[in-house]
Amino acid sequence: MTQSTQPYSTEYRVRKATRNSINYAIMILLGIFFLFPIVFMLVSSVKQDEMQVVRDMSTLRAFLPVGDVGIQNYLDVFGSLNFGKLMFNSVFIMLVTVILGLLINSMIAYALARLRFRGRGILLAIVVALIIIPFEAVAVPLLLVVNALPWFGGATSWLDTYHVQIIPFVADAFSIFLFYQFFISIPKDLEEAALVDGASYWRIFWSIVLPLSKPIFATVAILQALAAWNRFMWPLMVTRGENVRPLTVGIQSFFGQDPRLWGDLMAFAAMITIPVLIVFLLFQRWFVQGVARTGIKG
Amino acid sequence: MATDSKPTSSLSGRRREENIMAWLFSAPAIILLIVFLVIPFIMAIGLGFTDQRLIPNPNLPTQFVGLRNFVRLLDDQAFQRGLLNNFYFVLVVVPLQTSLALGLAILINQKLKGMNVFRTTYFAPVVTAMTVVAIVWTFLYNPGQGMINAFLGAVSFGLIPPQSWLLDTKLVFPSIMLLSVWQGVGFQMIIFLAGLQDIPGELYEAADVDGANNWQQFRNITVPQLRNTIIFVVLATTILAFKLFDQVKVMTNGGPQNASMTTMLHVVEQGWGQLKVGYASAISIVFFLIVLFISIGQRYFLREEREVD
Repeated sequence: MTQSTQPYSTEYRVRKATRNSINYAIMILLGIFFLFPIVFMLVSSVKQDEMQVVRDMSTLRAFLPVGDVGIQNYLDVFGSLNFGKLMFNSVFIMLVTVILGLLINSMIAYALARLRFRGRGILLAIVVALIIIPFEAVAVPLLLVVNALPWFGGATSWLDTYHVQIIPFVADAFSIFLFYQFFISIPKDLEEAALVDGASYWRIFWSIVLPLSKPIFATVAILQALAAWNRFMWPLMVTRGENVRPLTVGIQSFFGQDPRLWGDLMAFAAMITIPVLIVFLLFQRWFVQGVARTGIKG
Repeated sequence: MATDSKPTSSLSGRRREENIMAWLFSAPAIILLIVFLVIPFIMAIGLGFTDQRLIPNPNLPTQFVGLRNFVRLLDDQAFQRGLLNNFYFVLVVVPLQTSLALGLAILINQKLKGMNVFRTTYFAPVVTAMTVVAIVWTFLYNPGQGMINAFLGAVSFGLIPPQSWLLDTKLVFPSIMLLSVWQGVGFQMIIFLAGLQDIPGELYEAADVDGANNWQQFRNITVPQLRNTIIFVVLATTILAFKLFDQVKVMTNGGPQNASMTTMLHVVEQGWGQLKVGYASAISIVFFLIVLFISIGQRYFLREEREVD
């Protein structure tokens, strides 16, 4: 840059550099605040000697993988705690909840956004009103409901099953609302042309609307996946044994045992966190968009 | 379909098909919402006036008890402590978390190198399960020689003695607040970031020309432009504060001496732990009324803004 106008004067540049360094210093300090517990967890998880984990916890050594380092804690968690089973449960519950949820919530949203039918206005108003009811307010009566529901094969209660952790969370008023808002914003031309050509509504939904709506599907998928993965209160109430229990309940029950083996606990915690962190890093743009969209409400 | 011969009847046929298809598309979601949300919700209201138990005793049939559950709430120390704690949480965490989130959003909205790294870092706790966060922080809060005690001792040159964070009735709830902010603030930061990016750049350019300083620009452009986002974040965080459960359940289970009790913890403790579904439903109704009040407030504030526009 050859211009010598004022914005490029030395004084201006020095001021700007100072301001930038202050900015960076603040941001790095904040970065340390947000990262230190995660680093602490990861580092403690590879220290195989329980005594060392506790000895190191009050010094900077807590953040350095030094001493007796290895994967024994991870092996312990896999071996004695049936980690593989818990992980399978969590992944399975999350995947089925998200896939069914995407399908069912987008279908009703499409009908609300595009089809003219009697009761449409009322249905839309009811869905929006249902957003207000938090799951927490209905959890206890829902226990009574699922305890009395039948299932294939003659079961008379849903307790201690996968489906009791999946089906109540499939339909979600807020997801329907997000889909609805997106669908009314996309142009109708293609759909109308297809309708004139005699395509069925299902076909229009499947081959025209869905491909145009990838961003909203990603948004809802991420919000629902995070919620399913982190869900704790409901599985705590409806699962007793380890068979169908997710990771969140598994680690809580391990945490409740004495003596607390911090090394093993941190390995367990790390194994819950690392897969999500990797998925998050890969699909970061979608995560950020997804969260941003929840704020565009009201 | 032969559509040429009778346009009028085929039009109404199309109408009817559209009607049927719409209800078919909606049916799965409607059924699930009715069974798992509407019915339990109506049940909660009804059960709140009964002595229903989770596992009914055949010798003691469920009875209508009128307002007895609600009257009993007036004497229930744990319930009152829980509700007070929820308000305490709102009073401290909502302003703290909202302003921190806004500050972070403004920081990472700058056009500087490496912003992605900082954004990712601040957001990382959001994707960490609260149960995991609670366990890691319990370790950090270790009484005696825990990390937090060691850190405070070091920066205060030994003036701050080691605390028993989670065992101290005064410190336990603020300790839980800190990790809640740590975990949740990244979510609000992203919502604010989206709001900031919607503010037209010309506003700031014009302010620059007029010689407005950063603080004036923040007060007179950023805050008014973000009005709706701020209202949304404040009220959403308030509702979340009333749902407080996971971290408390894992870390303290409401103790010591109910010092970290919350409304949801009490609901679960009564309804699932002690099988008193009727009583737990009564607490749920109170909880729902609070959330309803906040939601109506949110819609009211946002509507007012639209009229001004």
